[in-house]
Amino acid sequence: MARKLPATDVLIVGLGWTGSILAHELARSGLNIVAIERGPWRDTATDFPPAYAQDELRYHIRHDLFLRPAQLTMTFRNRASETALPIRSWGSFMPPNGVGGGGVHWNAETWRFLPSDFQMKTHLTERYGEKFLPGDMTIQDWGITYDELEPYYDKFEYLCGTSGKAGNIKGQIQTGGNPFEGARAREYPTPPQKQPYGPTLFAQAAKDMGYKPFPQPSGNLSQAYTNPLGITLGPCTYCGFCEWFGCGNYSKASPQTTILPALVRQPNFEARTQCEVLKINLDGSGKRATGVTYVDTSGNEWEQPADLVLLCAFQLFNVHLLLVSGIGKPYDPRANEGVIGRNYSYQVTSSVDAFFDDKIFNPFIASGSIGMCIDEFNGDNFDHGPHGFVGGGYMGAVQTNGRPLQTTRTPKGTPRWGLEWKEAVAKNYLSNYEAVTHGSCCSYRDVYCDLDPTYTDRFGRKLMRITFDFHENELKMSQYLTGRLAEVVQKMGPRQFETKPRRGPYDVTVYQTTHTCGGAIMGADPKSSALNRYLQSWDVSNLFVMGATAFPQNAGYNPTDTVGALAYWAADAIVKQYLKSPGPLVQI
Amino acid sequence: MIINKLQLNSPDDVGSGMPRPPQARPGIRRRELMLTTATTLLFSTHAVLARVVQDSLPWEQNAGSPPTEATPGPWTYFTAEEGATVEALVDRLIPPDPQTPGGKDAGCAVFIDRQLAGPYGTAEELYMRGPFADGTPQQGNQSPLTPAVRYREALAALDKYCRATYAGRSFTQIPDNDKDKLLSGLEKGQVHLEGTSGRAFFELLLQNTQEGFFADPVYGGNRNMVGWKMIGYPGARYDYRDWVDRHNERYPLPPVGITGRPEWVRKAQ
Repeated sequence: MARKLPATDVLIVGLGWTGSILAHELARSGLNIVAIERGPWRDTATDFPPAYAQDELRYHIRHDLFLRPAQLTMTFRNRASETALPIRSWGSFMPPNGVGGGGVHWNAETWRFLPSDFQMKTHLTERYGEKFLPGDMTIQDWGITYDELEPYYDKFEYLCGTSGKAGNIKGQIQTGGNPFEGARAREYPTPPQKQPYGPTLFAQAAKDMGYKPFPQPSGNLSQAYTNPLGITLGPCTYCGFCEWFGCGNYSKASPQTTILPALVRQPNFEARTQCEVLKINLDGSGKRATGVTYVDTSGNEWEQPADLVLLCAFQLFNVHLLLVSGIGKPYDPRANEGVIGRNYSYQVTSSVDAFFDDKIFNPFIASGSIGMCIDEFNGDNFDHGPHGFVGGGYMGAVQTNGRPLQTTRTPKGTPRWGLEWKEAVAKNYLSNYEAVTHGSCCSYRDVYCDLDPTYTDRFGRKLMRITFDFHENELKMSQYLTGRLAEVVQKMGPRQFETKPRRGPYDVTVYQTTHTCGGAIMGADPKSSALNRYLQSWDVSNLFVMGATAFPQNAGYNPTDTVGALAYWAADAIVKQYLKSPGPLVQI
Repeated sequence: MIINKLQLNSPDDVGSGMPRPPQARPGIRRRELMLTTATTLLFSTHAVLARVVQDSLPWEQNAGSPPTEATPGPWTYFTAEEGATVEALVDRLIPPDPQTPGGKDAGCAVFIDRQLAGPYGTAEELYMRGPFADGTPQQGNQSPLTPAVRYREALAALDKYCRATYAGRSFTQIPDNDKDKLLSGLEKGQVHLEGTSGRAFFELLLQNTQEGFFADPVYGGNRNMVGWKMIGYPGARYDYRDWVDRHNERYPLPPVGITGRPEWVRKAQ
């Protein structure tokens, strides 16, 4: 039986990027804020010191910073006709755990979505006609425009100190930046990171082919930077331990390096770590959240009442908590009704592996987000008419790491073991290069999340069940994008290269990205979205749900910049509108 | 694996790791939370009890748990026979050549032994609740076998297979050529071991062998950093600012590991 604690004003579930942003913005209003975090407290000096942070086995292979599947996992199947089985060990994506969340172990690729991404359905229908879209595709407009979100993108990037080169400042195209991006109010906070050999060669080849290469925007900083909260980040040293790792240098933007030192000093804020929220509680009407029930490491259950609940866990866990708490109507794909679990989506990545005879790339001199990219084939930057698919992605030479267990690539046909394998690894380690595409993923009627009928977690809660496969549209897109990428790679002059478009079926054992999206999406219509344009639950107005959970479909970029911008956008609406007059911010 | 082990600690285990309560601000919530007797810890070693953080960053000594060095000495999980067989196996998966030692001398079997003796071997961090059912390849490993049990069963079955096939000889006693044929048969699913999946064992063994060849030497493999030297990887270095824009030049410094250069430190086994 849960023991009831005195009420607080604001209860935050999960202290990652969005929880930290919301807590900091709302703490300034003088409200009492409690953040409940399932994992441990983590900080740079104590948890990722350079003395042992560069440990590929511990962090990458054995998943040390991530949630343990024994604590909570999901079940998975490719299609509804199969029986879902539990994801017993992480593969395709890496659910975070602990203070800082995914902000601790991301690569820090800090992209904005395109203006047309936010009106994808309307934009594509207007340009190509309704019939161009597959009948079972369920893409939607977001209910918000790029222009509305721009100041909040700016705010998040200036919090992080993002290193990059603007391509469009107030409508003026800038040489050296991404000419396809939406207009931004000002230049990036810090200049781009330096580029190693591979990205430099890629950029030259792309330029020779008439493309407009630009440096990938990076949350690993090119120089020291002090953010508006007075917190200083140091310059990145290109150690090549970003994704899967915590940064020991204070160089990677994370809640630890940008917000928490300021947030924790707010007298009206407290965090409770190693406490797992079991459910969000509702009053008798089912229209109002009364707080949460959580369990601490001693196994004690606590009820924490609150006036306002902010669901800031990772995308998958937000959807899971909504489902187990009975908030919103669960999605039913047969009836095409309900909103919780609807429009789950992912990311469609691919690569071209190239092998050179006369080049030394030093792949270990890396940062999670250096690289040179082109954006000609993203979003609707090109005419899809002749191709028969929608969506796209950025592509480029992104030198994230040279960690040997991850990057000892060998040419096609090489045995997987024995002397021949050994010789191929030794010969190609320094002189192979992997270029990548990072593609969008549309949403579909038969791709969704619900509760599993069989498997449970250690508290007896039903696991969430993911039903997901790539659709023909995405596979065609990946085929096309990877082919364009291969043309650029070929121009770099490799001895041989291998084009590896994404192929189906989706395999939950192979790491692709941790960009799971949707499941409680934002929109303009409560029949087809769980959240209104301010990320407020249509059903429970004192509940807001942050993160990529709100994406109606995923764009051809990494999600974190948009997740951060939406958090600031929602925080602004809460402070300026909701607190003055609690209730639904959008009337229907 | 190294920290955050799933374990049920007795109250005695908790003592030294119990975080000191933060400088108390009066409040019933704080006291109730902090004075709760911790009898059962899930997913924790030290310093990860439920706690309240307020007012300042909670710096704590060794909060992130530095890695534990693989202990020198005899096998910790394998029997002597099992250890000898695994040494022979890893030396075929990564054979010695004139430049670089093979899997055995690189310490891959020692690495696997130490891994199987720890939380990796018992799969205690994985979701191991039933029911267990065979799925599609896309659904991943659904076996109730832990890595440690899989090795034990497969090594026994492999020994039985070898003695039946090669006139009473064990895997260690057959010629390299036959070893390679057998491994290739396991890889392709053409050699069947009694009571266990030869193919699943091969995949696990190959993965663990490569881990042992390239992981930091602190874990008992990659002895003398032979894996890193072979490919030109400088290891756990942290600052390449002077080198990022020196294009197409070979990086000159030798590898370092978490415990330093190989000649500075003691070696496991």
